[in-house]
Amino acid sequence: MSSTTNTSTQHTSTIGAIGAPSRRNTELGLLLFAVAIPVFAYANVGLAINGEVPSGLLAYGLGLGLLAGVGHLVVRKFAAYADPLLLPLATLLNGLGLVVIWRLDQSERLQQLAERAYGTFSPSAPNQLMFSAAGLALFVAVLVFMKDHRILQRYTYISMAVALVLLLLPLVPGVGADVFGAKIWINVAGFSIQPGEFAKIIIAIFFAGYLMVKRDALALASRRFMGLYLPRGRDLGPIITIWAVSLLILIFENDLGSSLLFFGMFVIMLYVATERTSWIVIGLLMSAGGAVGVASFASHVQARVDAWLDPFGCYKTSGACEQIGQSIMSFGSGGVMGTGLGQGNSDLIGFAANSDFIFSTFGEELGLAGVMAVLLMYGLIIERGIRTALAARDPFGKLFAVGLSGAFALQIFVVAGGVMGLIPLTGMTMPFLAAGGSSVIANWALIAILIRISDTARRPAPTPASNPDAEMTQVVRP
Amino acid sequence: MSELTLTVMRLGFLAVLWLFVIVAVQVIRSDLFGTRVTQRGSRREAPRQQAAARQTPPPQQQQRQQGSGSRGRRGAPTKLVVSEGTLTGTTVALQGQTITLGRAHDSTIVLDDDYASSRHARIYPDRDGQWIVEDLGSTNGTYLDRTRLTTPTPVPLGAPIRIGKTVIELRK
Repeated sequence: MSSTTNTSTQHTSTIGAIGAPSRRNTELGLLLFAVAIPVFAYANVGLAINGEVPSGLLAYGLGLGLLAGVGHLVVRKFAAYADPLLLPLATLLNGLGLVVIWRLDQSERLQQLAERAYGTFSPSAPNQLMFSAAGLALFVAVLVFMKDHRILQRYTYISMAVALVLLLLPLVPGVGADVFGAKIWINVAGFSIQPGEFAKIIIAIFFAGYLMVKRDALALASRRFMGLYLPRGRDLGPIITIWAVSLLILIFENDLGSSLLFFGMFVIMLYVATERTSWIVIGLLMSAGGAVGVASFASHVQARVDAWLDPFGCYKTSGACEQIGQSIMSFGSGGVMGTGLGQGNSDLIGFAANSDFIFSTFGEELGLAGVMAVLLMYGLIIERGIRTALAARDPFGKLFAVGLSGAFALQIFVVAGGVMGLIPLTGMTMPFLAAGGSSVIANWALIAILIRISDTARRPAPTPASNPDAEMTQVVRP
Repeated sequence: MSELTLTVMRLGFLAVLWLFVIVAVQVIRSDLFGTRVTQRGSRREAPRQQAAARQTPPPQQQQRQQGSGSRGRRGAPTKLVVSEGTLTGTTVALQGQTITLGRAHDSTIVLDDDYASSRHARIYPDRDGQWIVEDLGSTNGTYLDRTRLTTPTPVPLGAPIRIGKTVIELRK
């Protein structure tokens, strides 16, 4: 919408949208739709499990509607030209996630499992609703306080330090918590937080800011080596160091999914910044080498790889890796059209059924048709992110938007591929769907940043403002 | 609950889910086909010019700059607008600070223009509040309207400053 051409020297022509350029009303319509679908799903689950419409239906619908309404009003006020699809898609995914988490809360198997393991069962859905509200609060805060994403460019090196600190926090004794072998949580005021989810966004600021400055040096001042272009050490050195340090921290914390995410995001941003195909080749080679190396050294990774290669083999021996087998079976029993919400047996997965493995429940109860629809929704979010990057005028915004959407895409690939048995399971959360506070909150912040960049990118070329004094930044109304 | 109802709900839910995806894709369609080329400064701003009663355009400029100018000195520019080139649409509020232009990444406006030097030009206010553009020894020069700058020159409102393929104007 904002790409421009120069047809004459007298006038600047802009390629704009037909009709209202802001598209806020489109967004409102889609949001109503996006709130109605989870309410439908909620009623469906209640009818299937208990034979009656759940009593909390009205409250749930109103709650989700309220969250969506607040989000919409804030976007209308503070980012009037933002992309109309990002908010409805995120709302719908978050709403569907809430419904499925509630559905798994109703499962007696999971309740008994939790009672055996912890002595008590506490439902996850109320917590998740609270986290969604917190995520939306962060969404609002980002849109209200970050008037211009270019401000983040000033904090290139500070964000590097912050990201490293966030990644290191789980290793600090007293703060960090070791949960099921992965040291990726910290305990703050009774909540366990996963700092890596936030570090993902913050390190994207560093990558974008650094690569923007060094882009030309990286792309042009390079030596040709075995058909590949390698840049000079002084240009690549600092960023490679930071990247290697973050990867080592993550590997030390047994958080392989995140390390794959950071690696992939780095390669994508480097490729976009330098336009050199050699980065893709180098990245793929390095990730293949890294995967083989890690799989042969770390024992718990070895177990994951074994479960991936032979998901049903462990039934014969130990039964300790039945999660992935159960997950594949739940996808299988869903078939094309699914068993219907509330009528599947995906709770057999047991532990982490509503977080890492939530996608299996979608696979079983909505079938291939539903899974494809959900994946398409994620695809649309990513597409809007890349479109935002294309439309953005400043190189920092371009790189930042590409990095965020690339990280989002990789996360979905890693999770969905893991639960479907395409790649070894790495233990990450499906954005917006899975139970987990940090993930939901961080992803709402990610959507807010994309909305902010897309607002700047799609905003029609400015006309003089009516009040010059009120104009600290480019808040210009047509 | 009867089997039939649940089956209908199951298929209905999938249909609704796909309907949402299709509607969302329809919204995107406008990015592909629903675009038009607008001539900024001509048709769209005509009604607003009537509303801007106190507007006093300096001579020589096109009827492109208007705005109510309800406060502040008459004719004083309040922002710098990139009107052509890759950065088209970028604005910087003028608050008495010096604005540097060039490819260097610490410039106020970082030009991504093959013809720009790393420190190409600067725009600053003199003591009277008049904005001055000065070429900083650039390779390809800075042009005000059609003339290449050799000395610091006052910038009239709306006069195009050309740096390579980029055109910058001061606007109210």
